[in-house]
Order: sequence, then C-alpha cells, then structure tokens
Amino acid sequence: MRETKYWTWHMAAGVLILVLLGLHMLIMHLGGITNLFSPHAGESVSRENSIYRDGLIFFTVTYILLLAVALYHGLYGLRAILFELTLKPAVEKFISIVLVIVGFGLFALGSWAAVAAHTAARG
Amino acid sequence: MEIRFHVTRFNPAYDAKPFIQTYPVPVSAGMTVLDGLHYIKDNLDSSLAWRYSCRMGVCGSCGMLINGRPALACNTQILHVAQSDLTVGPLPNFDIIRDLVPDLRPMFEKHRSLKPFIVRADEEELNDPAGEFFQTPEELEAYLQFTYCIKCGCCMAACPTLATDARYLGPMPLAAAQRYNEDTRDGGRLLRNQAAGGSHGAFRCHYAGECSRVCPKGVDPAKAIQHLKRRLVLDYLRLARKQKPCRKVHGPGQGRPLAGIPAPPPRTV
Repeated sequence: MRETKYWTWHMAAGVLILVLLGLHMLIMHLGGITNLFSPHAGESVSRENSIYRDGLIFFTVTYILLLAVALYHGLYGLRAILFELTLKPAVEKFISIVLVIVGFGLFALGSWAAVAAHTAARG
Repeated sequence: MEIRFHVTRFNPAYDAKPFIQTYPVPVSAGMTVLDGLHYIKDNLDSSLAWRYSCRMGVCGSCGMLINGRPALACNTQILHVAQSDLTVGPLPNFDIIRDLVPDLRPMFEKHRSLKPFIVRADEEELNDPAGEFFQTPEELEAYLQFTYCIKCGCCMAACPTLATDARYLGPMPLAAAQRYNEDTRDGGRLLRNQAAGGSHGAFRCHYAGECSRVCPKGVDPAKAIQHLKRRLVLDYLRLARKQKPCRKVHGPGQGRPLAGIPAPPPRTV
C-alpha cells in the first residue's frame, strides 16, 4: 500500500501544479490583461514588479509550495520510469534514496532562495 | 491458394537464438492458423512445437503472435489476416520453451499472488455451504465481463509496460484481482491491495489499452486496471464506500414458493 500512498500524492501534486501554474500564467504571462500583482508601470516581469511580489508573504509561500509539489511530482515520475527497467530491488532502493536526497536538497536550496528574496525585498 | 508461413523456430537445446523457417501451406477458405500449423506438422516438419487444446477459443492454449498481433491460432482465419505471407511467432514478453510455446509460469505466479478466488471470513460456509448468496443483476454486471478471461496471455504479450518491466503484474492478473474485488460475495480486497498496490502493481499501467484491443474474448483489462487504481486510492484515503456483503439466502429446495406459481409436473424419470 506504500506505492498507493506515493501515487495518490503524485496525483494530488499534479492537480496542485495545475492550479499554481494557472496562477503563474495569469500573473506573469497574461499580466497585460489581468494586471494582477503588478502595481508598477511596465511588464509584470519588470524588476519593480518582481521585487514587489517577492516582498509579499503570499508569493513566498506559493513559490515554496510550487517547488515542493513540482519536485515531488517530477521525481516520483522519474522514479516510476526508472523502475520500469526491471532493476534489482537493491538498485530500486538506492534510486529511491538518491531521489529523496536530491529532492530535499533542491527543496532546501529553492526555499532558501525564495526566503532570501523575500527578506531582501522587505529590507 | 498457397500462403507462406514464416514460423519462429527455437530449441534452447540446440539453437543460440530464434530463427525464421518458411513453409508453403495450401489454404482454403475457413482454415485457421491452427489448421495451417497442423498441416506443417503432418506434412512438412514434424518437429514444430506449439501448444493447443480445445480448437474453439475456450481453453486459451494457442495464443501466439500472428502477423505481429497476439491472437489465438484457433480463432484466426488465415485469409482474414494474410494474402501471401503470414508470420507466426511465440507470444512476446515470455521466455520461449520451444518454437511457439511460451513459458506462462511467471504470469500464473503473478496471478496467484493476487488471490484470484473468493476470500471470506466464514470459511466454513465456503467449504460446506448452507445456502446461496444473493446478487442483483447489477452486481453481477460489475464483474461479469472479467470472468470471460481465458488466461491465454495475449494481453500480457501486448502490454508495453511488461515489455520493459518484467516484474509488472500485468493486465491479466490485475483484471482478475478487480474481478474478485467487485464480487459482492468476496471480502479479500484489502488482502489483494497489498500486491495490486505494490511498486510493480496497478500504478505502473500507462493505459496504452493494447491489452483490451487484442483480447480474443472481448474482455477490457485496461478498464479493470483503471477501476482497480481508483479503488486503491479510495481505500488509502478511506473514502471507499463500504461494500455491502451479499445476503445469504436459503439453499436449493428450502425456499417458500411464490403464490400463484403452479407446481411442476411430476418427474418422468
């Protein structure tokens, strides 16, 4: 049943990615129409608008959440692909451990970047 | 009319790898691939080996790769699939015992691991039934098509996931698990979930759908696997509706006859 747990969260992460990427599309790529979270003149990707969004706790939390679900969804998908190569159980275990370490490492790095950007934008 | 049969030959005792041997076979309308193989065996090459039994699409023994598609040799007519040349090989995704005989043991081991039988807490009722179990037509319909599986292995041979992942349980065993999970007489779903929800279980299915396309009995294993996945997730989230255990009714001859139904005529024998 452990795989059922992983799969269920994989699906849930996929749905969450859709929502968060939808938000990203609305803010970043349809900014000319929606004008969401872009109070300064110019494009939504301009420096001023980016700094403004980095300063909002909502965005910092959203960045970290998107990073977490994207990493989980992507790394679980990679694990599923690798497991289809008829590997030995020891190799499968090794791959799982490596992917968990890589996942947590990238999550820590990305979270640190989001928090640092938030702190710099506030300061 | 003459059709050239290009048959895969392999005897592990002598051959390093499989090779193709061609036989000219005179074909008339209505002849099946199995008939063609019999012609070769009787007239051209008595060493050719394949597996068959019923010759009417019931036993599932003669599954083989006919013109690149897994099918039963006994219900594939030659002129429906070939005009001049016909390739016949063993089912892929299985080891070859000899010529057209695949080693189906891994499939049946996986099948057994999923407990393809009615599991009940009241085992004495199974061994010594005191009555009958009542199922509505709708409850029967939920699993009926999956009971038509004849374990020929065509779905396993067509499965692209099984082609790379030999430990994947495969369409036939997973469809069998779903067949028993849906049966209201059964109480073994959580036991089956252990294997079906494993790292080489139902979640490895990519829903290519080839298993359903090639099934000679019209079973839809791909659908069974999707239902199985859904049930596994709902079981994990504890959102699955509790399956009502089917009612046990009286045994044969113990019931009360309905009013207005005339008595049967006296026995003549």
